[in-house]
Amino acid sequence: MTEKKHFWNEYQKEIADDNYFYERSCIRQSFFPGSETAFLNILRDELGLTIIDDPNQHTCTGIGYHSDVVPFETTMTVCARLFSLMTDAELKNYVPSCVTSFGVFTEVVETWEHFPEELEKTRKFLREATGREFKIPENIAHPSDIIYKYRKELKQKMKYQLVNCHTGKPLNAVEHIGCHYGKIFSKHAVGGAEFPQVLAGMIEEWGGKVIDYPERRHCCGFGFRQYLVMSNRGYSVANTKKKFESMEPYKPDFVLTNCPGCTMFMDRWQYTIAEMEGKTYDDNQMGIPVLTYEELTGLLLGYNPWDLGLQVHQVQVEPLLDKLGIKYDLKDKFTGKSGTYLGEPEKPEYLKVSYE
Amino acid sequence: MKYYDLLMQDVRFREASTACMNCGVCTAICPAAEFYKYDPRLIMNIVQSRDDQKIEDLLKSETIWYCGQCMSCKTRCPRGNVPAMVISVLRRFSQELGFFIESEKGRQQFAVKRTVGDNIIHTGYCVHVDKVSPKLHPEQGPVWKWYFNNAEEVADRLGANYNKDGAGALRKISKENLDEVRKIFDVTGGSQLYENIEQFSAEKAKSLKMSIDKEGLNNEYFFHTYIENSNNHQK
Repeated sequence: MTEKKHFWNEYQKEIADDNYFYERSCIRQSFFPGSETAFLNILRDELGLTIIDDPNQHTCTGIGYHSDVVPFETTMTVCARLFSLMTDAELKNYVPSCVTSFGVFTEVVETWEHFPEELEKTRKFLREATGREFKIPENIAHPSDIIYKYRKELKQKMKYQLVNCHTGKPLNAVEHIGCHYGKIFSKHAVGGAEFPQVLAGMIEEWGGKVIDYPERRHCCGFGFRQYLVMSNRGYSVANTKKKFESMEPYKPDFVLTNCPGCTMFMDRWQYTIAEMEGKTYDDNQMGIPVLTYEELTGLLLGYNPWDLGLQVHQVQVEPLLDKLGIKYDLKDKFTGKSGTYLGEPEKPEYLKVSYE
Repeated sequence: MKYYDLLMQDVRFREASTACMNCGVCTAICPAAEFYKYDPRLIMNIVQSRDDQKIEDLLKSETIWYCGQCMSCKTRCPRGNVPAMVISVLRRFSQELGFFIESEKGRQQFAVKRTVGDNIIHTGYCVHVDKVSPKLHPEQGPVWKWYFNNAEEVADRLGANYNKDGAGALRKISKENLDEVRKIFDVTGGSQLYENIEQFSAEKAKSLKMSIDKEGLNNEYFFHTYIENSNNHQK
């Protein structure tokens, strides 16, 4: 049998190789702050790259924009202010930490390219509001693009592989790239919208096996206003349920996500479904661990799981750590910055947790 | 001015709606169409009919609030249309014209404004750990509750700079930076949209004899728009 053609090779994007301006994500820094810390450490300490974390940055308004309480003109100008910070830092490569932000920035820049009058209007708005000027980035890359770009170099430094240390077999991974990474402008996604490779490339390079399941490209269920408003959340959990039902027969060892929102929803809705319906999608009633790409990279590099923030996931990660052969200290898991033991979280009724 | 001409004022509408042939691929791929009685193909059809009454009905409808903005339709449309973007423009004008309070799902924009909208202006974040309370987010589970109750200890252990000056995750965003964001909202129409949502929502709250308050979440109308589901919106 001939090898399957890798169509994604024809859909490669340019990813700047150094000197980045980092824009933090509202969701990632709130729910998974350890992931942003790990990303900066990996770039600086492991790869020797330069990335600036500007204290004057703020939200891109993306969640407000897609839930329609923020007009496009406002979002474009807020993005322009962030670009002005990048310009002030004499950088040209913009790295937004969130897939929603990535989609917003690519949409804004694309709009300016197609409608130069919108760019001029934005410049005028920004000048009037702040007196600032800005340059459009030469390169916009999601942080996962950079990890993907340097996946081979990082592999050389890794202490672990995506291999079950008990069986010697590759771990089964579900990858979820997030809708706004490739569905809005496929040319900005590694592998395009049809064959996105950004996470699959990491998994395969690091020894794992990517599961191709029917609902692989289905939305995680965020839906912006469909989650933000409590009475709409049925939409959100129903979409997550559809994905997990579809992936269940393939027995994934973990889910790897690109977007911090997707990470959170695919983690939390497993808890909700377990409590509502007494159903998990693994064999041990613990759920399927959901990791950010920064967490996975850090784990394989040998970082302490509890410094990466894996204790703030509802679905417990210890079964995955055991398969990887990673040692961990349970006493350290619920210890805070000051070294104080903070006590254990409450236990769910159905979903099993490792602190029982 | 005809509604179609109004929609055409938004650059996104001009880009997202050009000669839809009503093939229905957008509806086939749409997660919202699976969950709600919702058909983006039909919305594209109504909009390009340019029928003023039908577009006004749409602006007052439940339908335009069902889209989850995943943008799957953008990838799949063979004509390069973007129904989700058309929806976003319809929502914009529904709020500018005050039509959003005519529908149960539209009225929820008040809850979105009082949460995400006000977060942006007051904190510089759309979402911040302090704003995701277990009371409003029971689905977040017990680990979130633990994190929420120990936010500084947990976040800072993970390298954050929780509510403090300087760089880092969850840092306090300075007054100078918040002032610039606020001014951007003022000159670009963002503050006006907030005022529209507040003003029309206040009128609706009054007609329903509900308290609304000038800000915050502790009022009847917020919980009405945030929690209540009549299960009768899909007529």
